[in-house]
Amino acid sequence: MTSAPFLHVDGVSVTYGKTRILDRLDLGVAKGEFVALLGSSGCGKTTLLRTIAGFSTPTEGALRVDGRDVTRAPPDRRGMALVFQSYALWPHMTVAANIGYGLKLKRQSRTEIATRVDEIQNLLGLNGLGERLPTALSGGQRQRVALGRALAVNPDILLLDEPLSNLDARIRLSVRHEIRALQRRLGITAIHVTHDREEAMVMADRIVILDAGRIAQQGTPEEVYNQPASAFVAAFMGAENLLQLDGQVSGSSAAFSHPAAASAFTRQTGEETWRSGAFAARFRAEAAVLCAAGEARPDAHGMEFQGKVTSVSYPGGLWRHAVTIGNDSVLVDAPRCLPEGEAVRVFIPTASLFLFPMSEASSGMASTSRSDGFSAAPGQD
Amino acid sequence: MSLLKFDPWWLLRGAVLGLLAFAIFGPIANLLLWAVAERWYFPHMLPLEYGFSFWARVFAPRGNAMVSLLNSVMIAVLTVGMALLVAIPAGYALARCKLPLRGLILIAFLIPQAFPNLPVYVNIAQLFYQVGLNGTVPGVVIVHVTHGLVYAVWIATAAFSAVDRELEEAARSIGASGLRAFADITLPLAAPGLMASAVFVFLESLDEFTGTYFVGAPDVSTLPLLLYTAGAGGNYQVASITALLLLIPSIGFMLVVERFLKADVLSRVGR
Repeated sequence: MTSAPFLHVDGVSVTYGKTRILDRLDLGVAKGEFVALLGSSGCGKTTLLRTIAGFSTPTEGALRVDGRDVTRAPPDRRGMALVFQSYALWPHMTVAANIGYGLKLKRQSRTEIATRVDEIQNLLGLNGLGERLPTALSGGQRQRVALGRALAVNPDILLLDEPLSNLDARIRLSVRHEIRALQRRLGITAIHVTHDREEAMVMADRIVILDAGRIAQQGTPEEVYNQPASAFVAAFMGAENLLQLDGQVSGSSAAFSHPAAASAFTRQTGEETWRSGAFAARFRAEAAVLCAAGEARPDAHGMEFQGKVTSVSYPGGLWRHAVTIGNDSVLVDAPRCLPEGEAVRVFIPTASLFLFPMSEASSGMASTSRSDGFSAAPGQD
Repeated sequence: MSLLKFDPWWLLRGAVLGLLAFAIFGPIANLLLWAVAERWYFPHMLPLEYGFSFWARVFAPRGNAMVSLLNSVMIAVLTVGMALLVAIPAGYALARCKLPLRGLILIAFLIPQAFPNLPVYVNIAQLFYQVGLNGTVPGVVIVHVTHGLVYAVWIATAAFSAVDRELEEAARSIGASGLRAFADITLPLAAPGLMASAVFVFLESLDEFTGTYFVGAPDVSTLPLLLYTAGAGGNYQVASITALLLLIPSIGFMLVVERFLKADVLSRVGR
């Protein structure tokens, strides 16, 4: 991030009544950057977007765009455009009138507006629909009209409030890439709110994960995926499997043990300041390796557990095994199907085993208690 | 003919429907007959002579029916204008803002309807007499507005509530001022509901008798007052013709209401 971000959210708090939705939140967005605000419902991501757009007023803190303080500026004086989850197309105006409305407000001439509306329609593949009313459009077309209406005014910042959540799953996948390509091509600064992890990963330059009105972690998709900073982020980014380990820290290395583990696992503590005690180990179903009895485990550093297959399902691609390890159950993917009741070993490479001290993990646990460990499919909140 | 089985329920249903039809159309038929009757007295079932001489009398240049009709329409139009002038901002505020005592404010508009009309209007007439509003069109309009405001404000509130707030916000976010968003988005979308409320107020005003009688008569005459005078004087022909004149806008506007007032607006009335 540069020293002076294009959009600067500076210690912003928003409260409704006694509830604090945003808690002294800091965020900087560079010009031309695509930032995804990711979080489960109620984490404050939509409130943050509405605050940036000017529909919620911060109780403290400031908002700056290009150095200009817009904290108290009305929504129409911020140079932004918001695309709503419901699309919010005006039912009494045609597609062309919807797209051209922002230009009409700028007192552009009729021919200028017509040219620009044509341009937008070409850009979004809405040719020939200009005279239709929004009710005569499909969901995907409506979504594109909503996007076109926002793009027509050339906003400094494009705000997207879960614009894909009302689309069919199949259309959604292609629209993700379309929006991303469009944003790159036009060089627009965009802030995208979503609860869909995969959507955020695919579209954004940077992912900002929100939890209870604060930023839990931010970074590139690879960073938040591979180096989650907390148990909450790990769980939210798909590392749903949880085992409790006992950690003994001595100096700069720590030894972790588990009743079902073949041997203790040692790791450098790195930058973290860990103390001996209970640790939460989180890992993804696809990151673990399932070894049948007598089968050699991969030759790599990692931790190995003894377990037993309790059920198998086939979600596509890989077989998903529910494996009992001690008193816990984890999900492990394997390229082949192992029968139920088979004794197996589960190996997790060091890089994929996310370790967090339990005291810190418990707070993260509370906010992900809804995910029961079996909803490993991406995109569920 | 074995297909025709006798069903007693059918008979009962027929009888009930017949009674209902008689209750609705009987008075209207009577009205129509009186309107074209030249001579009609007891014990004859039907008029003895038909003709349009009373119509000629009612619509004669010197007859006061035309004056009353014009008065009625003018007062109704002014009433609608004034009521909407209050109802549009009030309805918008009640629909959009988190007002304390919102329910109480809505109920407050019911008060003019809640009390017995007669004592209220007698007192209003006395008050208006002191300020010189008695016997004037503005005086009558004010009385009609207080009476019609409950419909106007309640329906306007429902109409504005039915407009999704995000539609307004979408306009704000791409550069429309609050006033502009209201004029371009909210008002056109609420227009059918506002139209319906205008129709209700118009009909209320056209029909209003008690207030007009105490505040307006004898200087301001409206169709209901004319109807009353004619009916009280035993002139059923003139009374019937006046009543038919009153019926035309009523039926016309009911059709308009039916067309404009959508279910999603109706379901929000009084909320």
